[in-house]
Amino acid sequence: MNESAKEAQLGYPTQLIGERDSYESATRQIGSIVLDQKQPRSWLIGFTIAFIGVMLLMVAISYLFFKGVGIWGINIPIAWGFAIVNFVWWIGIGHAGTLISAFLLLMHQKWRNSINRFAEAMTIFAVACAGLFPLLHLGRPWVFYWLLPYPDTMGLWPQFRSPLVWDVFAVSTYFTVSLIFWYAGLIPDFATLRDRAEKRWKQIVFGVLSLGWRGSARHWARYESAYVLLAGLATPLVVSVHSVVSLDFSVGIVPGWHSTIFPPYFVAGAIYSGFAMVLTLMIPVRRIYHLENMITDRHINNMANVMFATGWMVAYGYIMEAFMSWFSGNRYDAFMMSNRFAGPYAHTFWVLILCNILVPQALWSRRVRDNHVVLWLISIVINIGMWLERYVIVIVSLHRDFVPSAWSMYGGTKWDYAMLLGSMGLFVALIYLFVRFLPMISIAEVRTLISEREEGTL
Amino acid sequence: MPQIFSRRANTIARLSIILIVLFFIALGWLGYAGFWSSYTTMVNVPLTQPVPFSHKHHVTDDGIDCRYCHTGVENARFAGVPPTETCMTCHSQIFRDAPMLEPVRASLRENVPIRWNRVNDLPDFVYFDHSIHVQKGIGCSTCHGPVDQMPLTWKGESLYMKWCLDCHRAPQNFVRENSDVFNMRWHAPSDQKVRGAQLLIAHHIETEHLTDCSTCHR
Repeated sequence: MNESAKEAQLGYPTQLIGERDSYESATRQIGSIVLDQKQPRSWLIGFTIAFIGVMLLMVAISYLFFKGVGIWGINIPIAWGFAIVNFVWWIGIGHAGTLISAFLLLMHQKWRNSINRFAEAMTIFAVACAGLFPLLHLGRPWVFYWLLPYPDTMGLWPQFRSPLVWDVFAVSTYFTVSLIFWYAGLIPDFATLRDRAEKRWKQIVFGVLSLGWRGSARHWARYESAYVLLAGLATPLVVSVHSVVSLDFSVGIVPGWHSTIFPPYFVAGAIYSGFAMVLTLMIPVRRIYHLENMITDRHINNMANVMFATGWMVAYGYIMEAFMSWFSGNRYDAFMMSNRFAGPYAHTFWVLILCNILVPQALWSRRVRDNHVVLWLISIVINIGMWLERYVIVIVSLHRDFVPSAWSMYGGTKWDYAMLLGSMGLFVALIYLFVRFLPMISIAEVRTLISEREEGTL
Repeated sequence: MPQIFSRRANTIARLSIILIVLFFIALGWLGYAGFWSSYTTMVNVPLTQPVPFSHKHHVTDDGIDCRYCHTGVENARFAGVPPTETCMTCHSQIFRDAPMLEPVRASLRENVPIRWNRVNDLPDFVYFDHSIHVQKGIGCSTCHGPVDQMPLTWKGESLYMKWCLDCHRAPQNFVRENSDVFNMRWHAPSDQKVRGAQLLIAHHIETEHLTDCSTCHR
């Protein structure tokens, strides 16, 4: 049965790899982007814009170091502000990478094979952006290492009962494991690039990076078991990292934070925003680099489905929060929720509902999921919605808690926005460098797909 | 196609794994050693002073009590560095013309205090009071070392926060009889554990508040 007949029968795109792709063509197509193809003009334009963002970030950070956190809009009681909103947003975005690369690997989902590399790269860059914000928010960022347990001259350990210290361990573990996993996946591809490179310095660079990979059967046997073990290590992190991040809030007694639903609700939100970001990046990259034969309609459709499903989990979280604030009979919780619905930040809350719940309902339609321009726009709307969600959680909860005399209002300053835009610039610039200098699709795993197609086991 | 790497590359690769591990161990050790060495702490490093004042001579040879010069130590935060007049109580009579003491005479003549180089300097965010330590039975030598043996003065201890806490967490190991506070030759007796515990009660030292942040950072 050919693909189009299968597709008509099942009602969703089924193709994982182009029918004409061979080992040689796949290797050439992916490898040549790194090795010899001149980059499209859009690369230079896009990278330049992103690099301006990086410079903006540098200026914002320098001025922050010079003046202190007073340049931000934070105050008491809203001491967390944009920095923590951005931190949670970026960490959440990272989650799709681990889910795709580790979780789906253990579940034998073959549709991960041509998107995992890109998603992992996105994870690492997002975590790097996320890691900036809590450090910059410290006020005295030059003593950030006090968060680590080491034999210091003060005779003190970090406060291990604080979720902020758990964060340090959760995020640094996540970054380390993601990086190792990403690198392990790259090793056979580095060897391919080493063998295809024509310039000697490229051969040496890729040769060192490939750690002596020769592709022997013994190499592959060990590699496969190591890769699965790493995936086993990384899979709990899909759940643990954002759970720990959510504990930053739920361990506190602030109404709107102090809730047991936070860990699962944060994880669902993280995967939701992560898939939205993968789609935001992958739809244009696929078009620009003509990778439709490898990142097929099925990949896009599957990602849209995962995004849609996690979107409903997030919606469930919103509903439960509202329900519990009524059901608990706690007047502070009830006030918190009515303040979200109709308080001074009500517009933020309703735009968040529009972005995260109402607009994505369009994904019920197959026609919407197949229309990649519309899907791309929806994914951007979801990214915005997820940022607003964190804004509502952090700022709207803090600005009116128990004692009205302690209430206050909050607004980001130009430096807050400079940091946010700058971190986006850094993220996009890193993505541009990644697609230019590393194989953005796993050559080895695409070849596995081709061999399975030829054997008829795909 | 010629080989990119020679046979040696394998050895270099394996060796580099060990070297990287060793490098980070060495880096950690270097950081630790650096922070605790006298290069950073200045412990046991004599400072040069405008006048080469010898505690060894004045305390051990002449038998002058600490409090003759450091007058504030029993009832003020600062032990106090003596004014030139204190030096002159003796040196207006003895060694009157010693060239070594010219800065002291100049100070008196011009009414400008001598600028000693500070040996023990706590950071400004630390609250420290000499009188309470002296009153509760912490002797000079516990923190300042064997000052009576110092020809030029040096720091006896690092004054790191960990060092402060070592005592604040277990003062019974260091506390002594009030009569021994200015005894520079005091060493913890073999039954210090028992005696220390008794002294904590006798001196009303309440250990539970000794490690509160606000005890020292006010």
